[in-house]
Amino acid sequence: MDPHTQQTILDAVQQHGKENLIVMLGTPSPEAAAIAAETVTTGDPTYAGPLAETRLGLTVYHILEEQVRAAIDPELYDQQVGLMADTLDGPAIAAAVAQARAALASE
Amino acid sequence: MAKPVLIAAAAALAHAPGLIALGSKPAREIARDPSVAARIHANLRGFDAAVGYAPNQAFIGSVHPRAMGPRPHFNRILDGGQRFGPDGEIMPETEFLGLMALADQFKLIRLSPQLAQSSAEALMRHPLHDFFDPGKLRSAIGDPQVEVSRGAIPLHVTDTGIAGSLAAGHHEDTNLMAHVLAENLACKASGALALAHLLKLHDLDPASIDYVIGCSEEAVGDRYQRGGGNLGKAIAEMAGCVEASGADVKNFCAAPVPAIVIAASLVAAGVFRRVAVVGGGSLPKLGMKFEGHLKNSMPILEDSLGAVAALIGEDDGRSPVIRLDAIGRHRVKSGSSAEAIMDALVTAPLDQIGLKITSIDDYATELHNPELTEPQGSGNVPERNYRMLAAMAVRQKLIAREEIGRFVADHGMPGFAPTQGHVASAFCYLAHARRGLTDGGADRIMMMAKGSLFLGMMTGQSDGMSFILERNRG
Repeated sequence: MDPHTQQTILDAVQQHGKENLIVMLGTPSPEAAAIAAETVTTGDPTYAGPLAETRLGLTVYHILEEQVRAAIDPELYDQQVGLMADTLDGPAIAAAVAQARAALASE
Repeated sequence: MAKPVLIAAAAALAHAPGLIALGSKPAREIARDPSVAARIHANLRGFDAAVGYAPNQAFIGSVHPRAMGPRPHFNRILDGGQRFGPDGEIMPETEFLGLMALADQFKLIRLSPQLAQSSAEALMRHPLHDFFDPGKLRSAIGDPQVEVSRGAIPLHVTDTGIAGSLAAGHHEDTNLMAHVLAENLACKASGALALAHLLKLHDLDPASIDYVIGCSEEAVGDRYQRGGGNLGKAIAEMAGCVEASGADVKNFCAAPVPAIVIAASLVAAGVFRRVAVVGGGSLPKLGMKFEGHLKNSMPILEDSLGAVAALIGEDDGRSPVIRLDAIGRHRVKSGSSAEAIMDALVTAPLDQIGLKITSIDDYATELHNPELTEPQGSGNVPERNYRMLAAMAVRQKLIAREEIGRFVADHGMPGFAPTQGHVASAFCYLAHARRGLTDGGADRIMMMAKGSLFLGMMTGQSDGMSFILERNRG
């Protein structure tokens, strides 16, 4: 996750409080989803941005996860996300993000 | 209106592992931790490995990307892989440093006598020696060690010391600092190499080129105009195109596609008869994802500069036609979702001339080699694009969902380009496309490119453009 995005998230946490935020990822691969999810939970694993060694512990989901899809108007979801849902490996991405959530919960 | 055609295309790689330390990401990491330099050095691959690398052979046209064989490619040598291919070559670093010194008209590059001599001797034997006059390398001989002690940057380091250096062009102008000029000169030299190959391979008189449009990534300028540009004309001069003027088209990674559309329009309008489009290599992107390669015990594969040249001219009855009546463009109002971009670049232009997604034989898009991107978590970029196209075909009821895999295999191709954004953006496929539409069995090939404008922080927009190449029916 680039440093600019990390800073935006950090600013949002300081302004609104972490309990009032959910991070919604749109990353296109399981690898990128795992890194992004780790960044906003236990800290930037590349140590390159402002979230290095910063444990925000934010709640994180990916737009392709089933529980997210279920919460959105089906027509709108299809219009905005449908093509990518057909294109990307949704289950693998969902598994990667779920793993990051589980890692946070088990600590 | 004259029908513009793709007369010729060529491609060249410069294998330059010694320049990786000057790449943007490696340079930053080395500044942070000097021990990174040794780790990079220990994981470089030799010239023979770079020549035998299947994606590099695909780049110079020896093998079609679909015939590269199974991955991984980096740990095997492709049978019969040679330095020179049908569309160009893979140049070794010693020669390329000589070419950079020949590109430098301000004597900022200094080579040791040994390096200058071995480079000159090799370039004398090169099929393009007439273009570059390697004898002039004598005037680049100096003492790089002393130059570096005076503030120049090392350009080439061997076991016995610094064999090449590059001094700043101005002591205060940050746009003329040595590392910036290294990027510009590497871009100019590799671009000129691709253009010279194009002229030689297709037996074209350099003086027959009217205009050269540069679409490289380097902006080139000084403190009063950072993006002054016109590498196009600098490259034209180096390749002996004495009748040509030139200019640059900038559009992040997408630049080559609008450059070709503009070139084709100039020919169609009768302004010029022959317009070359040239993109030199991107030094800042060498070693961009080296950490992923080190992490996965792979050699650092982003060790080569990629350059492409194309010639657009009047209809010759044989060369593929550029369909100016079906140019896809991402409009300001198009929207930024992946679907909106694909609609603008693919569906809209096809609709304009009554064709469908399945009417196109090959799609050339972001053809980044996944062996370069996957280890760093960036995924398989071309496959993602092709799956998206296939998903669009499903939504338009042109294919069944079960046929997505077959669509990707038939209409797409594995990525084979180095992560040199503009070169990977369809541009690298031009020579293959021309072959497929003349000697091969293809009838229509779409070239499309996308550019991340938002990276420059002037807009949140991205951009993109596409055109269709069609078999010439005479």
